[in-house]
Amino acid sequence: MTIETPHKNGMTIIASKGTLDWAFPPFIVGSTAAAMGKEVTIFFTFYGLGLLLKDLSGLRVSPQGNPAMPMKMPFGPQWLQKIDFAPKIPNIMWNVPGMELFATSMMKKTMKKNNIATIEELRGVCLEMGVKLIACEMTIGMFGYTREDFIDGIEYAGAATYLDIAQGSNHDLFI
Amino acid sequence: MAQHIVDATGLNCPMPILKAKQALAKMNAKETLRVICTDKGSTKDFIAFCHQTGNILLSNEEKDGQFIFNIEKAA
Repeated sequence: MTIETPHKNGMTIIASKGTLDWAFPPFIVGSTAAAMGKEVTIFFTFYGLGLLLKDLSGLRVSPQGNPAMPMKMPFGPQWLQKIDFAPKIPNIMWNVPGMELFATSMMKKTMKKNNIATIEELRGVCLEMGVKLIACEMTIGMFGYTREDFIDGIEYAGAATYLDIAQGSNHDLFI
Repeated sequence: MAQHIVDATGLNCPMPILKAKQALAKMNAKETLRVICTDKGSTKDFIAFCHQTGNILLSNEEKDGQFIFNIEKAA
């Protein structure tokens, strides 16, 4: 039996999630793969589509239904920063208005403190390195966006286009 | 001696790799790039990066919490 090796050194990713935390994996893996010589395509669909908007200020993260998310203070004395408040706070607390914004602001502060690249920055590097960013045309219609809402340099297509590109890829991820 | 230098001190994954790639793209074959970073995962990452891209990792060392890589651009 012979195993057919993919003829193309490609990577295809479906980005389907649009929260601040889930925004990172497609751009980190995509940009790094491009840097390592892969031909990368990321297809943004459903909530992932929001990652291609010009305005990313709406990206949020919520501890609601996400018990694995650590809640640590990004400032204050060392002993305080070590405490994980997540197990101490009942999940129902995250229903209180404003808590999501609070959690998002804490997450952003933590990222800034640790010198983590921003989504804007990673997305820019992706474009610079020739990563193909495709917006799902169907989702644009469904969520009522127009092309003016999105950054320049992206493409618009549907599932068939994605599948055609994925055919020649030896890495295919659903995020 | 390294002719090109990328200072990625303080930057986290994947920025040192991305900055290195951007610098390599502007260089000629056989030229050497020196990358300085503090990301603890960078040693394994730069070995993998060079393995995949064919660039040659001439040396990697750790000194005072800094990781220094010398990379020769592939011909």
